[in-house]
Amino acid sequence: MEERSEAELIAAVLAGDASSFEPLVQKYSPRVFATARRYARRESEIEDIVQEVWLKAFDKLKSFRNEAPFEHWLMRMAVRTCYDFLRGHQRNRESSFSEISEPEDDWLERFVADPGSAPEDADAAKMLIDRVMEKLSPDARMVIQLLEIEDRSVKEIADITGWSVPLVKVRAFRARGEMRKILARMTKEKYL
Amino acid sequence: MNLAELHRKLIAAGRLQKPDDRVPYAFEKRIMALIAERKTVDKWVFWTRGLWRAAASCVAVAVVCGAVSLFAPAATDNSNDLSQDFENTLLASVDQGDSTP
Repeated sequence: MEERSEAELIAAVLAGDASSFEPLVQKYSPRVFATARRYARRESEIEDIVQEVWLKAFDKLKSFRNEAPFEHWLMRMAVRTCYDFLRGHQRNRESSFSEISEPEDDWLERFVADPGSAPEDADAAKMLIDRVMEKLSPDARMVIQLLEIEDRSVKEIADITGWSVPLVKVRAFRARGEMRKILARMTKEKYL
Repeated sequence: MNLAELHRKLIAAGRLQKPDDRVPYAFEKRIMALIAERKTVDKWVFWTRGLWRAAASCVAVAVVCGAVSLFAPAATDNSNDLSQDFENTLLASVDQGDSTP
């Protein structure tokens, strides 16, 4: 059977053929899962987020205009759903850094002794950044993730999140300050 | 400690981390089943929602009427009794006919 284009599949879904939605779910689920895994840790939470993204996408498909690719529209929805998830799950933010693992501890000690000797590609550094990100407020985490880790432009972030450009800039400024405070707290707890 | 350098290093570590894009087995089937389930439910939503709203407003009206009849002071003056006035007016001609010899 000839493969149908995305536009044809979307048109079929809008005409009432819900089964045409399945190829879209199949094609884009890996990207949605990858996005959700940046914001949630537990697999059950990740699946819930992705499920919500797809149900929202199905419900709001009418609002999809063919002006931008479906993937962009979907990823915007995915990021916004992740943001809602962060706002609803802030349980880890207040915990201390006393539970950091031995490799993370070693990495920090190496950094303190000589910043150049602590490699960025070490697993411990990755675990530490995850830990720090979990302690950020939802707004700050979103901005740091999109702006610094994913290296997106302010305009792109405004488009994805629905925030205005000045708001993204303000939140980026605050997020960096918040991150600095968390890093200071982490090192203070460790070395004072 | 050089916090700016620590920040830079950790962000660089975050950039090197590529998120896992694994999809659980038959995930798309699960989504499609949920959509199908919602679609069958949707057929009845319009009616059930309407009926529940109607039932709620009926209950509210009944409660208000009950409260009014329970707490409103009983009319002692017969002249204020609208139903009696209405009856008198309606039957005035009959009464007149009875009283004339």
